Amino acid sequence: MDTREIIVRLVLIVVIFLISLVIAMYSTYAERKIAAFFQDRVGPNRAGPFGILQPLADGAKMFLKEEIIPTNSSKFLFIVGPSLAIMTACIGSAVIPWGQQIQIGTRMYDLQVTDINVGLLYIFGVVSLGVYGVMIGGWASNNKYSLLGAIRAASQNISYEIAMGLSIIALLMVTNTLSLKEIAAQQHGWHWNVLYQPIGFLLFIVCAFAETNRTPFDLPECETELVGGYHTEYSSMKLGFYLFAEYINMFVSSAVMATLYWGGYNYPGMDWVAAHVGPVVGPLIGMVVLFAKIFLFIFFFMWVRWTIPRFRYDQLMDLGWKGLIPLAIANIIGTGLWITFVK
Amino acid sequence: MSIFYFIAFLSILFAVLVISAKNPVHSILYLVLTFFTFTVQYILLNAQFLAIVNFIVYMGAILVLFLYTLMLINLNKDSEPMKTNMVKIAAVLGGGCLLVVVVAALKVVGVSDPVLVRDPNLGLVKNLGKVLFDEFLLPFEISSLLLLSAMVGAVLLATKDPKIA
Amino acid sequence: MESLSNKRKVIESKPLSLWERTYLPAVVKGLAITLKHFLFRKDVTVRYPEQKREFSENFRGMHSLKRDDEGRERCTACGLCALSCPAEAITMIAAERKPGEENLYREEKYAAVYEINMLRCIFCGLCEEACPKEAIYLDGDIVPADYLRKDFIYGKDKLVEAPLNQ
Repeated sequence: MDTREIIVRLVLIVVIFLISLVIAMYSTYAERKIAAFFQDRVGPNRAGPFGILQPLADGAKMFLKEEIIPTNSSKFLFIVGPSLAIMTACIGSAVIPWGQQIQIGTRMYDLQVTDINVGLLYIFGVVSLGVYGVMIGGWASNNKYSLLGAIRAASQNISYEIAMGLSIIALLMVTNTLSLKEIAAQQHGWHWNVLYQPIGFLLFIVCAFAETNRTPFDLPECETELVGGYHTEYSSMKLGFYLFAEYINMFVSSAVMATLYWGGYNYPGMDWVAAHVGPVVGPLIGMVVLFAKIFLFIFFFMWVRWTIPRFRYDQLMDLGWKGLIPLAIANIIGTGLWITFVK
Repeated sequence: MSIFYFIAFLSILFAVLVISAKNPVHSILYLVLTFFTFTVQYILLNAQFLAIVNFIVYMGAILVLFLYTLMLINLNKDSEPMKTNMVKIAAVLGGGCLLVVVVAALKVVGVSDPVLVRDPNLGLVKNLGKVLFDEFLLPFEISSLLLLSAMVGAVLLATKDPKIA
Repeated sequence: MESLSNKRKVIESKPLSLWERTYLPAVVKGLAITLKHFLFRKDVTVRYPEQKREFSENFRGMHSLKRDDEGRERCTACGLCALSCPAEAITMIAAERKPGEENLYREEKYAAVYEINMLRCIFCGLCEEACPKEAIYLDGDIVPADYLRKDFIYGKDKLVEAPLNQ
């Protein structure tokens, strides 16, 4: 890896980081707007035309609000909690291939921060690490509701990680590789994995909802039972970090789903387009397509949030352990039989 | 090599902090950091699969469960049982014996030859899988049976007896 | 017991079938309903400060002290409104009309000071009913918000109707 490549990588890291933040910012706006449309309302429309500056106003409010650290909390961990939450949310996007190789001058560059050959497991690891931010924050608050929220988050995440891991195993049996770059490249020309793994995708998306703590699985921050859940005691930008982390998680898991199951940057007729627009614009169009898919998934996350009521805690555990895990195991066996006898 | 020594130093530092931390939750968090330094060491050894599995299983699952239990039982100074002098003396004696054994063992073994890795890419997923499912298939399957029996045991413990309930 | 109206519905709660227990059909149905609202239904919001919904005919808003056909204040400071007010929101000080003020006040006695505490007022409309001179009506807008309690005590400057010829 020479200097130029390192510079390209650094630029890519910064750009992806900024994109994640901007998308997370505007997800808050989109969430409120979309919720409004689902409920036949208008939504935020005061800050700027159509309320487009609302996220900035929210951000300014978050920064300027009084910051309260509870007296009996463990102060260091109280600050570590939200920082960890947002850090684990941000590093997940490092292995996602945003497009095909792009040609600048005479050289080819990957539109991916790094292609480690255990990329899929890396994402899985980052997801499993995400629960620490919630747990530490909930415990450090020294509040019973926060602790209950943290405990719910921990048991929920561990339970759904198992089903998620099992659905990924079935996917691996089809792709034969852990590298996200290769998985994306394999899906070229309508070989999208969702066509081979429909049940696996269903399992994955349900688990993604649970891992990002989105409705119907938002029990860690369930207002009706736990005041504010794990972030009851948080205020100001530390609360903002927790809320922000949720939206970044949503963005990253949408990107992962689009890459793993819905063809990543591939779209029908891309060879024809690439031949006509050249080696620079072609991959960029692929990137736009990937982002379109990501936005669709984010929309789906929000659509579900404003449709389905929250599960009860025992129902959540029931669904995870008695529903999804056996189904995931059956899916693995089915995939194995299919590979052995049909393929 | 300097990275190795730095990370090794961090591992030992965090490991010491695990035992010296007053608050059990803090010591679990130091343990998380210790395991993280192990992950870095595995990556330095080019054992990517082991690194990521260590990351997922130990940091992401087992220690979360540790933390979970510790949060629930809420250990602090007031609830900690008083240690009698008997226990303290027994602990010192036990620890001393362990130290003697370890020192003696190290003295007997001496310096072994450095392990030669024939294939530097052994730690990659593909190679590791080939070795596991070919050369070491029997031990691999036996350990999986062990896990299965543990799982069955856990389910048995968790299910209510229909006659009693 | 036998239903007389024949409107009673018997609800059968059968155990869910396996397909229903996956929650999928119910989820899809719900998503379809919300999507219908997202795409086709118009929003029902009245964008308030720019756009106002018409009040109903018997709406009671801010009070106004009326003038007669010649632009003279109708109020004669009899105090019946204050007396009838269950919230004790109205106070007034009466004064005698001087010669030359006939074009300002209709009766020989008028209210020099007339104050309504809008924080006390419950908009019951009893003052309106008590008034023998048809001088007070609750036909105004919603009372606007303010920062200080003293600013909610409305005097004649805010209550009396604008003069006719201006």
